[in-house]
Amino acid sequence: MSIKFLISQAKLIQEVIDIHASEIEKLDQEIGDGDHIFNVQRGIKLVIELEPTIKDLPISKALNLIAMKVLSGIGGSSGALFGTLFMSMAKGEGIDEGIDFKKAFKIFIDGVEAVKQRGKADVGEKTMMDVLIPVANCLQKGIEDNRDLNSILQAAVEKAEKGMLSTKDLIATKGRASFLGERAKGHIDPGARSSQLMIKTVCESLLREIGG
Amino acid sequence: MKKFINKTDDFLKESLQGFGAVHREIINVYFEPNFITRSKPTKKGKVALITGGGSGHEPMHGGYVGYGMLDAACPGFVFSAPTPDQMLAAVEKVDGGAGILFLVTNYSGDIMNFQMASEMLQSPNETVLINDDVAVENSSFTTGRRGVAATILIEKIVGSLAESGGSLEACKALGDKVNKYSGSMGVAFSSCTVPAAGKPTFELGADEMEFGVGIHGEPGRRRDKIKPAQQITEELLEAILEDLKLNKNEEVLLFINGLGGTPLTELYLLFDNAKQILDKKNINVSRSLVGNYCTSLEMQGASITLTKLDEDIIRHWDSPVHTAGMRWGM
Repeated sequence: MSIKFLISQAKLIQEVIDIHASEIEKLDQEIGDGDHIFNVQRGIKLVIELEPTIKDLPISKALNLIAMKVLSGIGGSSGALFGTLFMSMAKGEGIDEGIDFKKAFKIFIDGVEAVKQRGKADVGEKTMMDVLIPVANCLQKGIEDNRDLNSILQAAVEKAEKGMLSTKDLIATKGRASFLGERAKGHIDPGARSSQLMIKTVCESLLREIGG
Repeated sequence: MKKFINKTDDFLKESLQGFGAVHREIINVYFEPNFITRSKPTKKGKVALITGGGSGHEPMHGGYVGYGMLDAACPGFVFSAPTPDQMLAAVEKVDGGAGILFLVTNYSGDIMNFQMASEMLQSPNETVLINDDVAVENSSFTTGRRGVAATILIEKIVGSLAESGGSLEACKALGDKVNKYSGSMGVAFSSCTVPAAGKPTFELGADEMEFGVGIHGEPGRRRDKIKPAQQITEELLEAILEDLKLNKNEEVLLFINGLGGTPLTELYLLFDNAKQILDKKNINVSRSLVGNYCTSLEMQGASITLTKLDEDIIRHWDSPVHTAGMRWGM
């Protein structure tokens, strides 16, 4: 993993999110406060715009700058949560000496744990954690079982989709949707949808690269 | 969307520029990152009170920066939490060496961002978490209750203690106490429109009201047909009184807060109705406040807040204050 890789993924994510923008906006208007899609689009744009500033930096420094940019540039809960994710990833052990898949998975898994602590949300609360936690667990198990990269990535895509769909029947206990109680039932969580799209995009891009 | 607006991206900046120019004797406005401080530097040895939250609730919070109240406020975008870089920049300007007290309303975005600022900060700091809205039950949702209009009462009362030399611990304790002693609930007759969204946050029929609405247009307990003011007042007070469990002859502050689009004429009518109900219950309304203090853009509607009073709270409520949004005694 390199900075070039990070930026290329951000650009792919931008395309996918733009395609699904009105769908995500509609989900958020049903159960949130309607600003999620703007936050996500702003955040991705800010990361891409950082390219000239970070392209020659050690990856830990680059991730820290991304974290601060996302934190101040998105604002709200999304800014704090994604800022926490990148800040945690920046602290990954030995990442400046090169990142293989195992290390990349490890810093993502630790990042998800940090986000879980920050947002105090777990699986089953109708948030993006319903996508991120199962994906992190799936990567962890994949490493432990020594499975090949191809099958780990495919499993991660499936877990993300399953997690996203599971939010439909949940009652929210975290985030703005929690203010709706029962009324939020029957709607997919917009944060779960946007994070599932991001994970799918990155995993499928990697699968293409390794010829899976 | 009908609003006085040029470009969505300039909305907050232009509004803050106007605010800064009008009230330059009381406050200074800083940009990128955005924050507001008093025009006079914080006294050495004074606890600095810093708050922040999404814009769109004006005069909250910038309007409460000044003598006897806040030292600094960090405005986020409309209905979006401010970010740690704003809080850290504000701290740098107003840290008086006696510690920082963050006053934070109970929304996940606000909490996370203030928490990150607190973690990055070297100076001693404490946080008072405000959650006076009784509409959403604590027991049902772990996110807990929303922080609404009592925020400005807490800013005033704790601001007075900090001004008179109260320690960080004492200020935090008083803030927690006033929060515990306060209960609020609101009702909306119309939605509001966030500039970036461009359309109303929710739909409400011509004869409907949202009972227990939040200050961002979050749904409340239920949607009702519109009723006479007397009946709405009764239902709001019932919910608040059930939460506060007041004793007979207890002294309270009765605060009728407009959400932005309701005229003062109606707010005074609400006060009259509420006062009569409380008189009948032998609850002593000894302090009062009526006006648009904690708004929700152009939303039509109002909230009622009751705060239980004791000698300490009364003294700090009555003390002089000089801010853009609240001024008496000086």
